Amino acid sequence: MTRRSVRFYQVGSFAVGNRLLEDADRTIQSDPNRSDSLDSGHRACQGCGEALGARYALDAAMRATNGRLIAVNATGCLEVFSTPYPETSWRIAWLHSLFGNAPAVATGVAAAMKVKGMNDVRVVAQAGDGGTVDIGFGCLSGTFERNDDVLFICYDNEAYMNTGVQRSGATPPGARTATTEAVGPNPGNVFGQGKDMPRLAMAHGIPYVATATVADLHDLENKVSRAMELRGARYLHVLVPCPLGWGSASCDTIKVARLAKETGLFPVFEAVNGVVTSVSTIRHRTKVESYLSIQSRYRHLFTGPGRPDIVAHIQAIADRNIERYGLVDGARDQDLREALT
Amino acid sequence: MLQQIEGSRAVAETVARCRPEVVCAYPISPQTHIIEAIGAMVKAGELTPCEFINVESEFAAMSVSIGASAAGARAYTATASQGLLFMMEAVYNAAGLGLPIVMTLANRAIGAPINIWNDHSDAMAARDAGWIQLFAETNQEAADLHVLAFRLAEELSVPVMVCMDGFILTHAVEGIDVPEQGDVDAFLPRYEPRQVLDPAHPISIGAMVGPEAFTEVRYLSHLRQLDALELIPALAAKFALAFGRPSGGLVHSYRTDDATTVVVAMGSVLGTIKDAVDQRRALGDRVGVVGITTFRPFPFEEVRRALSGAHRVVVIEKAFSVGYGGVLAADVASATHDMSLTLHSVVAGLGGRAITQHSIESILDDAAAARLPSVTFLDLDRDIVNSERARIGERRRSGPSAENVLSDLGSVASRIG
Repeated sequence: MTRRSVRFYQVGSFAVGNRLLEDADRTIQSDPNRSDSLDSGHRACQGCGEALGARYALDAAMRATNGRLIAVNATGCLEVFSTPYPETSWRIAWLHSLFGNAPAVATGVAAAMKVKGMNDVRVVAQAGDGGTVDIGFGCLSGTFERNDDVLFICYDNEAYMNTGVQRSGATPPGARTATTEAVGPNPGNVFGQGKDMPRLAMAHGIPYVATATVADLHDLENKVSRAMELRGARYLHVLVPCPLGWGSASCDTIKVARLAKETGLFPVFEAVNGVVTSVSTIRHRTKVESYLSIQSRYRHLFTGPGRPDIVAHIQAIADRNIERYGLVDGARDQDLREALT
Repeated sequence: MLQQIEGSRAVAETVARCRPEVVCAYPISPQTHIIEAIGAMVKAGELTPCEFINVESEFAAMSVSIGASAAGARAYTATASQGLLFMMEAVYNAAGLGLPIVMTLANRAIGAPINIWNDHSDAMAARDAGWIQLFAETNQEAADLHVLAFRLAEELSVPVMVCMDGFILTHAVEGIDVPEQGDVDAFLPRYEPRQVLDPAHPISIGAMVGPEAFTEVRYLSHLRQLDALELIPALAAKFALAFGRPSGGLVHSYRTDDATTVVVAMGSVLGTIKDAVDQRRALGDRVGVVGITTFRPFPFEEVRRALSGAHRVVVIEKAFSVGYGGVLAADVASATHDMSLTLHSVVAGLGGRAITQHSIESILDDAAAARLPSVTFLDLDRDIVNSERARIGERRRSGPSAENVLSDLGSVASRIG
């Protein structure tokens, strides 16, 4: 990833403005010659984080591979909203097989390219969090362990949204889903469960693991580009808010994603060969309430007397992440120092 | 060239000569020797170009095959029993997508109770998956069927499962003429996919299909299988010309010309049945055998023709639908529903129990004497069954039946016979 020492932020927002950047520094998405891998006209909900993330990620992968890309998709929202027969929003070679086998199918595609000597053709597999951390986990672990030449992208919206917002192994503690209702003495999802997939990926010692959110699309594109420079198994975990499942306003998708990062609940980092090599530091440290309170999946924590105990537990998770990844340790200040010297 | 080799080895060498480009493997008895041999050939550089992928499950094995095949590579894998069940979602998916994957099924029983020996329960579980299912009678045929399978699969864009009896064939050493490389190359053209993932010509494969078109897409799969009924005999004829021996085809009749009683079966048990028939013929009995080589698509017309002279048909099969009876017997009954014959379903050889010539002859005796019920379990130990039934009747917590039966038998080791 190319790290710029100076960032230009638009007034009143956290977003890096393309208009203030040199052409070379602008997003791939802002290029009129972008590939439009996931074209308009699909049936994603208004404010869908996954559609946004997939569009940026795949256009970046297409740029990185000079259009020599094959995408494999697990069953899920992204698959369903993009390909209602006989229409398709995919302008790239695209295969959907099953819910739990996208990593293995991608391994097969990569093997076919290798055996045919088409080494310039690269493979991206994509799935939601259910297809990644739950039903697809066995296959994904196998693909990682063999170090197959596949970039696997998880668009994490923290539950089974396609089937109507049921809990997945990536659903955060306290969150209401259709199978962890906000009722009883411990409303919402239980604590102490949930898979930290990026760290599980790192434990496989694969060449590249990174996380990103749709709040920083420059960063997402850069990480895809970086991943495509490498061979072997690579993993990119993208936080993609789901207005339907999270109960957030569809205009707040970017804001919610940004708050996930700024609170420390979703650490944004890169790891090479199992070691964290860079983190995106928190610009304005924010309490988790600001993130939780704009999502109705956490409404039970704030209505009536509220559940400050549960909120405190969630804050503790954020604080642990901040400490574990050094999210406020001055790396941003270092950026500024570099800019000033 | 005739060589004295193991069936698995012959299949592995034949598959290698079919030049698969992606082979994925997850070990399960009794398929292991096949994939071990192919793995060694790839590692030694004898089979190239080929990617041999050690996957983490059968579900992945079929999924990797799906990806490889959709990307235009000739894909092969092998499995058995629980492995087939574990990959079943992907097995259906491969057929639904119309991907010409070839898979060897080293037929083995399905648990519980866990059992590694041969029967056809696994193949029957995949009966409706949309794969063409071919059954080998001998190891020679098992080897040859793979050459035919790749040709058939790729011509129709349908996956093909070559079923060979676990251990009885896979682990038997006998004289086998492994198809020569030059002959295979002449018989099996390069794989030209009907649909392929190509960045230069991007298409979407695996779209969601609703009620407006699902029936038509599924019916097209059915038509491709019906096409196979035409293609399989044609390919078998070509194969016989090219390789100088018959292999494949839909059904094979043995001494059925004037037979009034005909036994129908699939797989290696046909050899034993033929011996029994020879014995009976020597005594003047008018008995014959029809072997089913192609189980899916089911060759209705050929079965009817083969059984046209029979008054009595005995279907001996190594699987059954629990609560129903023989699976193959049901298909034969359906094919012959308007013919005046008596049909018997004999379930035999479950979990590796030997089907002896003696048992087959006693079945023929019972059939001739009109003592054979419509559904029979061959060599069933009624005392053991009754003892466990009594135990179940006596007390609520009667325990696990499998363990009780073994305990009654006083058996701690496997008894095949």
